[in-house]
Amino acid sequence: MSAVTIRNVAKLYDGVPVLRDINIAVDAGEFCTVVGASGCGKSTFLRMLLSEERPSSGEIRIDGEPVAPEPGPDRGVVYQRYSVFPHLTVLQNVMLGPGFLRAPFMARLFGAKARALRKEAMQYLDAVGLAAVCDQYPAALSGGMQQRLAIAQALIMRPKLLLLDEPFGALDPGTRKDMHELLRRLWRDSGMTVFMVTHDLQEGFSLGTRVLVFDKPPLSDASAARGATITYDLQLKRRPSADAIWGPAHFKEIQENVQG
Amino acid sequence: MRRIINWHPSRAGAFMLGAVPFILLIVLYLIFSDLRLAANPNDKLLPAPGRIWDTIVRLAMVEDRRSGAILLWRDTGASLMRLFIGLAAATLAGLCVGIATGLIPYMRSTFGPLIAIVSMVPPMAVLPILFIVLGLGEVAKIVLIIIGVAPFLMRDLAIRVSELPRAQLVKAQTLAASSWQIVLRVVLPQIMPRLIDGVRLSLGPAWLFLIAAEAIAATEGLGYRIFLVRRYLAMDVILPYVVWITLLAFAMDYLLRLLKRIICPWASDGASRR
Ligand SMILES: Nc1ncnc2c1ncn2[C@@H]1O[C@H](COP(=O)(O)OP(=O)(O)OP(=O)(O)O)[C@@H](O)[C@H]1O
Ligand SMILES: [Mg+2]
Repeated sequence: MSAVTIRNVAKLYDGVPVLRDINIAVDAGEFCTVVGASGCGKSTFLRMLLSEERPSSGEIRIDGEPVAPEPGPDRGVVYQRYSVFPHLTVLQNVMLGPGFLRAPFMARLFGAKARALRKEAMQYLDAVGLAAVCDQYPAALSGGMQQRLAIAQALIMRPKLLLLDEPFGALDPGTRKDMHELLRRLWRDSGMTVFMVTHDLQEGFSLGTRVLVFDKPPLSDASAARGATITYDLQLKRRPSADAIWGPAHFKEIQENVQG
Repeated sequence: MRRIINWHPSRAGAFMLGAVPFILLIVLYLIFSDLRLAANPNDKLLPAPGRIWDTIVRLAMVEDRRSGAILLWRDTGASLMRLFIGLAAATLAGLCVGIATGLIPYMRSTFGPLIAIVSMVPPMAVLPILFIVLGLGEVAKIVLIIIGVAPFLMRDLAIRVSELPRAQLVKAQTLAASSWQIVLRVVLPQIMPRLIDGVRLSLGPAWLFLIAAEAIAATEGLGYRIFLVRRYLAMDVILPYVVWITLLAFAMDYLLRLLKRIICPWASDGASRR
């Protein structure tokens, strides 16, 4: 059974089609990267997986069940910005989710339970290399550190599905490389299913086990108003690494297709 | 020649510059007071400093012959009590209604238009109704402050809540938060700075409504005293009272600023907030 099954999904905004004919089945543990031109509906696709938006038609199933009508802890998210809470320290940000789960009324734990949670949270902060700054506020962190925090905050909920919308889009190339290493390691260790939207083809190919290319039909086409769909669904043979998996020629072809 | 916008005074310089207008005002007062008193020793408009001081001593340290109370403290206590109760109730109402209408779509649809209209009612125009319905006692004065201040706080907080990035609310839901938990841990802490600023901005109107209500019907209070002695042109009472009210308002503003820095440490020096 597939972790995520999407059948005939289309999305219209005010009658204007943005996405159409989305059909894929993704197995548990796959790392799907979503690439495509700006404005073609990548974020919309992610928002539907998150239940932030509903498909106009078609259905999304997670582990065989129709997806819940609102966001929940089975699907974690990391945005490019606004992913961490500015009024909470690094440690408090990570402790937030389990606090919600375990303390329905107070929304935070006290005493021994809080100490146990703090230990657990520190392990996650260790894993993303933020243990040293656990008492700082996010405003004092660099962009890369904030994204590490956002990832730790999402991971502590042990989501089945991790959704990332251009998580490294605002980072400099060096930091981005470190983040790739980190994300790849966390994904391997956790075995969760990942969807990551990116503008950067190179990033998409080097990180994913599967690349979904979203594209609109050419403007001259009569169906131009029908929205974008998945034009390439590339199952990468090997487990991903920094080495190029696809030949330069093929890469170039897709690059032209996506940006043309 | 550098542009004038690039000239900065030193710390000490800024302090002295700030003091200059105050000193000028005092000197001006002394000159004109002296001139008027020289022309007419019984002039009441600009009493001499010595006279004002005597009155302050009488008001603040000597028991009143008729009531047996020290007037300044009794007036201050009565006024501050009304002001605090009114502001506290308005703050609580602003907080509850602001969060509810800012966060819950059904609440916004139901109460948004009502609040928008009600906040346009001039509170002073309602004062007679309050006196008729609630009597001339404490309640009417407190309710006037609430009516004058609460709608502003409600709308201000509702706006702030709806300005919270949508992504934050989605994020909280992916962390398993219920609506109540979102209010408690995500919304409330983040609107605290705005709430405190809102209350600070409301101090002026709150004092205005308090003094207006006291002027019309009261038996004690700072506003009551000022309007009582107006009949005798007792500037030696009015001027110290005005200064005292100003000091009280300034102190409250300062304490609120302090409170904000203590309970919202992330807001004061968080450079990258938007
Ligand atoms: N809430 C909305 N209401 C109306 N139109 C929307 C809404 N959200 C997105 N759109 C439209 O849908 C299209 C796809 O938007 P989306 O944000 O999914 O694109 P994207 O691929 O993520 O783009 P980018 O790479 O710039 O992030 C855009 O044309 C956008 O204008
Ligand atoms: Mg996007």
